[in-house]
Amino acid sequence: MRTPFRHTAVLACALWAGLGALPAAAQELTISAAASLGNAMRDIGTAYQATRPGVKLNFNFAASGALLAQLQQGAPVDVFASADLDTMDRAQAAKLTHPETRVNFAANELVLVSPLARPPAARTLADLAGTGVGRIAVGTPASVPAGRYAQAALEAQGLWSAVSPKLVFADNVRQALNYVSRAEVDAGLVYRTDALIDKAQVRIDAVVPTVQPVLYPIAVVAASTNAAAAAEFVRFAAGPPGQAVLARHGFRAP
Amino acid sequence: MLDWTGIDLTALWLTLKVAAWATLIALVLGVACGHALARARWPGRRWLAAALTLPMVLPPTVLGYYLIVLLGRNGPLGGWLLSHWGITLMFTWQGAVVAATAVAFPFVFISARAAFEGVDARLEQAARVLGAGEFKVFVQVSLPLAVRGIAAGTTLAFARGMGEFGATLMIAGNIPGKTQTLSLAVHDAVQSGNDALANALVVLISVVCMLALVASSHLLNAKPLSTATP
Repeated sequence: MRTPFRHTAVLACALWAGLGALPAAAQELTISAAASLGNAMRDIGTAYQATRPGVKLNFNFAASGALLAQLQQGAPVDVFASADLDTMDRAQAAKLTHPETRVNFAANELVLVSPLARPPAARTLADLAGTGVGRIAVGTPASVPAGRYAQAALEAQGLWSAVSPKLVFADNVRQALNYVSRAEVDAGLVYRTDALIDKAQVRIDAVVPTVQPVLYPIAVVAASTNAAAAAEFVRFAAGPPGQAVLARHGFRAP
Repeated sequence: MLDWTGIDLTALWLTLKVAAWATLIALVLGVACGHALARARWPGRRWLAAALTLPMVLPPTVLGYYLIVLLGRNGPLGGWLLSHWGITLMFTWQGAVVAATAVAFPFVFISARAAFEGVDARLEQAARVLGAGEFKVFVQVSLPLAVRGIAAGTTLAFARGMGEFGATLMIAGNIPGKTQTLSLAVHDAVQSGNDALANALVVLISVVCMLALVASSHLLNAKPLSTATP
């Protein structure tokens, strides 16, 4: 071999061997959780890792529907937590979870919010149909539970046909919140816990009664390669330590 | 397997409309900038060229964020548009056009600049010597000789505009019937687990793009241009 090429080959082989010799990571768990659980889940993770130093937690936050789609395509996830019972039911029906590990571990409220930068355009859900309100941010009902709760609440009050032309569909509830924070919309329907995150720019105008209670189920994923550790995490999140963290973030007990 | 009934054709017309407008604007601006920078020798030309090429290189979500910051209600451009003209670009198809133009422009710019640089400068000089003004030189000498390269760049720009997703999602707001382009519709279908609809949409987009590419290659193969040597 020519000298420069040989040097490169030796270097490449050394790198390859070196990388292969890296110690395999201690136990790793991947947790797919609804976007609204983002902040609370990270804190639960920190608390969990304090009790279990050998476990590394990876978090994957997105709209529950998107997470389900990932699971259906075989994403290597160990724990799944969704923002409504319907998405978890669909996961269970598709045999993607271990049903015996499923438990409701948090509850939330849907609230009507508006940007602090402007006076509130709507004080009640019914006001949304009025002329003072331009655009309203909600999650995309097809894939975001917050959007479905919002749609059900509007339909229950007969406001859907008047309000739906004004809706801007966000990819997940945090994006809807972001539109409100930026004052790009006049109002939004998000969870109370989301609104609390951005108190500096978002104001809660009203609590919206939902047709079904906002409940968060959590379960171990069937394809998990670490089912025992995953089940332990689920118990931690649903038990007193996890509940304490959730309460700090504004979640209710299930 | 394929759910054709679920397809909202307004998404198709909207996608074509947005891509067409974006390509048109990108074409005009790209040719102008390409020509200005083709024979440029002034300092800073490389930085300007890089800045103009940036939207092509940036991740679309980064571009989308820039555009929101710029065009949102509180942004410098968006605020000005709102207070002086009462125009909002967020959550409108015009906003989607802005996003698509931003990503399509570099394709036309790069191809146009290369095409203009490839035009034999002696031909332009000959035209000047014979009394043609700069505008006439551009329209009757430079442009016809550069049209091949520009057309290739424009085809790419159109395809890129059709496929624009990340920035469009953030600016246009994914409102079905108003700002939901085909790529956003596929995203929605996949997110909600509707694979049959997603499959049908993907086939539709692929067919439309293939037709566009074949049509443009037809147009380009019309008659070979030759730069005749005197």
